[in-house]
Amino acid sequence: MVPLTQREVPLKLRRRLGIAVGLALLCLLLLLARLWNLQILHGDDMRTLSENNRIRLHRVQATRGTVVDRYGRVLIDSRPSFDAVLVPEDARNVEVTIENLAQLLNQSAADMHALLNQTSTRPPFEEITVKRDLSWDDVVAIETHQLDLAGVSLQITPRRSYPLETKLAHLLGYVGEASPKDLAADSRYRMGDLIGKIGLEKRWESALRGVDGGQQIEVDAVGRKLQVLREVEEVPGATVKLTINLDLQDAASQALGDNDGSIVAIDPNTGEILAFVDHPSFDPNVFARGVHADEWRGLLTDKHHPLNNRAIQGQYPPGSTFKIIVATAALEEGVINPFTRIHCPGGLQFGNHYFRCWKKGGHGSVNLHEALVQSCDVFFYQVAQRLGIDVIAQYARAFGLGMPTGIDLEHEKAGTIPDSAWKRKRFKQPWYAGETLSAGIGQGYVTATPLQMANAIATAAVGKRYRPHFVRQIETPEGEVIHSEQPEMLGELKVRATTLREVRDGLRDVVNTDRGTGKKARIAGFEVAGKTGTSQVVKLGKERLKAAQIPWQHRDHAWFVAFAPVDAPEIAVAAIVEHADGGGGAVAAPVVRAVIQKYVELKTQRGGSKYAQNRSPAIGTF
Amino acid sequence: MLRIDRRLLAHFDWPLLGCTLLVVGCGLMTVLSATHAAGHVVSGLLLRQAMWAGIGLVGMLAALSFDYHWLERYGYFLYGGALVLLLATTLLGSAGGGARRWIGVGPFSIQPSEFAKLALVVALARYLHRQVGERTLALRALLVPVLLLAPPAVLILKQPDLGTVIVLGLTVAAVLLVAGLRLRLVFIVAAVLVPAVPFLWKHLKPYQQRRVVTFINPDADPLGAGYHIIQSKIAIGSGMLQGKGFLHGTQDRLNFLPEQHTDFIFAVFAEEWGFVGACVLIVLYTALLLRCFMVAARARDPFGLLLAFGLTAAIFCQVFVNIGMATGSLPVVGITLPFLSYGGSSLLASMLAIGLLMNISMRRFTF
Repeated sequence: MVPLTQREVPLKLRRRLGIAVGLALLCLLLLLARLWNLQILHGDDMRTLSENNRIRLHRVQATRGTVVDRYGRVLIDSRPSFDAVLVPEDARNVEVTIENLAQLLNQSAADMHALLNQTSTRPPFEEITVKRDLSWDDVVAIETHQLDLAGVSLQITPRRSYPLETKLAHLLGYVGEASPKDLAADSRYRMGDLIGKIGLEKRWESALRGVDGGQQIEVDAVGRKLQVLREVEEVPGATVKLTINLDLQDAASQALGDNDGSIVAIDPNTGEILAFVDHPSFDPNVFARGVHADEWRGLLTDKHHPLNNRAIQGQYPPGSTFKIIVATAALEEGVINPFTRIHCPGGLQFGNHYFRCWKKGGHGSVNLHEALVQSCDVFFYQVAQRLGIDVIAQYARAFGLGMPTGIDLEHEKAGTIPDSAWKRKRFKQPWYAGETLSAGIGQGYVTATPLQMANAIATAAVGKRYRPHFVRQIETPEGEVIHSEQPEMLGELKVRATTLREVRDGLRDVVNTDRGTGKKARIAGFEVAGKTGTSQVVKLGKERLKAAQIPWQHRDHAWFVAFAPVDAPEIAVAAIVEHADGGGGAVAAPVVRAVIQKYVELKTQRGGSKYAQNRSPAIGTF
Repeated sequence: MLRIDRRLLAHFDWPLLGCTLLVVGCGLMTVLSATHAAGHVVSGLLLRQAMWAGIGLVGMLAALSFDYHWLERYGYFLYGGALVLLLATTLLGSAGGGARRWIGVGPFSIQPSEFAKLALVVALARYLHRQVGERTLALRALLVPVLLLAPPAVLILKQPDLGTVIVLGLTVAAVLLVAGLRLRLVFIVAAVLVPAVPFLWKHLKPYQQRRVVTFINPDADPLGAGYHIIQSKIAIGSGMLQGKGFLHGTQDRLNFLPEQHTDFIFAVFAEEWGFVGACVLIVLYTALLLRCFMVAARARDPFGLLLAFGLTAAIFCQVFVNIGMATGSLPVVGITLPFLSYGGSSLLASMLAIGLLMNISMRRFTF
């Protein structure tokens, strides 16, 4: 049955086996000695530890990183706050503790029981946060009634504060309590953690968050900390330095005033966002402390839509600002030259529809330059018709319209740049020639966001298109740079230099001649070039009405886009004022002027060279 | 082949069976302690463990029913099969607690690394029994054991399960020493490796260094493994001389102990039964292990001796490392305490090992 050869066991083998057994017995003896040491020699201490004392793990949440503007001024901070925490296992009688606590904090005991039930799956002895950000009175009350509140303790946690309140809120975003989904997605999160929910807070969560530390602490029977046994230091979150200039941001905010609308100012040479205004807005502090249901409802149902991030989500017809693109296309494609003149009698009959110029009496005979300066609609109806919608769309895309700009914010809208293929797909209909006319003056299906328009005017200014960004660099709290955003060029206008020069000339005179529609944006000593626009909200009857005659929600939006100085552009701005009581030239141009004016002031204050130093090193000085 | 020879029955190793059953009994009792909930007499996990003990008994019988020399012929196939299982676990195993260690077999999930331990010992004995003699092992003879160890070690490390790999390594080292590793060779290897350590250390990235430090010294991680150690030591120490009594442990009841029914089950036992109980348990283990060593010493051929010793060494290493870890004397590596810890694969594999040892014991006089 056994097929293999068998050998005797060598003697030495058995001897070595004996040695191994001896070693093994020695090891087992060592274990016994160790048990003697633990159970007999130190048994009393250990028994005490296990009965009276509790050794806890106490997590020390890392302080979330601050966010500062380009000159280091604080935009988001973390301040210390007191939370009331409860460890039910430490309470001699949980019912009594909860009752006393509810009474002290003026809360219902039922709510606290509900919270306790919710957290029933937590590890034993993990703290449950009962109330956050206690008032000073509450803190004192808990301190003095400690004996009635077995199991309750105060915990200092860093709280997020947004000193700018509503300003810049859409870009900064806010933190909120981690949802069950967040908890499942990332094991570093604990119940009750505040994490970035939206905006910059969410996008840069990993950098801002830091690494939590912790303590092994010994607590007494009522849960008070006796001593820290061991400790792991927290690593505070990194500082995020933005490209935003707080002074400019404030000025832009003020310029917009109480109007609904948006302003975006960027550096056309890098895509750095200098100011980012959305109005109306919300206060992130409300979210950081936990938003109440009625507050939330209020924000949702407000007819001014404060939660809407207009700069990247508001899709408006660009109106006459779109003429910059049509003009570029027309010159480059050769459908006109700078000397081509078109007669504007105040409108254009096309098929069975009469397309009006904004100027009832007409502009007479105009060339491209004059058509831009006076924003003649008829000129651009004609030019658009010669170009055709598909060519217009192609140029619009080269300016970055019809696609997200790629800014680091969620839910950015792409706007719409229609062409014949789009219409077939969207409406299963062919493109009608009349629709090209509307598109030529930035109406009809054409829509763009304020950020897209800022980027488009920046593209017109320098011939290159950059990805707009608002983070300059990320630094450790000690100041070591761990990340530095570089300008990212997304595209270049492949057009002749003469074309761009002609268009920029026109835009310069929009502002710098008295015939120009944008003359209210003029700044002495700093040449501004821009374009007005008025985007229709609803189609009205044959007559153009004065704003005052139209209900507020049906009034047109006023646009102004500009860059300056013309010869070496440093700043590009797009502003939209919703439902304005006037056109782009009357309402939006002064807004943009205020922003650029402030920019010039700040530049002088800081000194040209200092400002240059603060610019991205990749670009160098101008 | 299944016809049981009367002579074999006469040599049936009753003491070994007795010791095993006693330890398994202690295990069931402690699993109950560690998993029982107030108001319930038995826990679901206890029933599962009892079922696995039943399966283990059947496995034990199966393991002693054939002549162990068949393992000599098929040892490498067994080893290959274990590797395939490990590979399957890596590829399609189920994850639990951040590791991919289990593989589903019908309604059960098994942990192939437990069985890979047995297969490795069999393959090792299969190779080494022809190499041993009155002289020490040739250097060449060392190469194959290392090659046998490497594939399962790498696969198990990937799971990741450092504890099992350490047990594998210790077992192979023990078997090699008994097989006749030249001591001079051990010193030479040490002389080469030790100076290399600081050099290698310098080339590790800081985060890699931190990981190594935490492996070696869990106190460097007071919020993780270090916390477990403290709680385990308090549990054991607070048992004092007589213990807190069956089902009256407090550390365990309050869930202070991590993994109290698997890796830290010794702490539960020692808390409830005190120094007296812990001594009894260790004496039981000692008796069991001595009996196993005796099987090795009395084996009639080198294969039987090496196989028996390898199996015994594997059990011993695990007992020693586990209790050493629970008492805070050795670094925390996650391994089970044979026969005591909750876990079907661990129990079945340990009982299979005992079955093989009985097999060798019964056939020590047959020719």
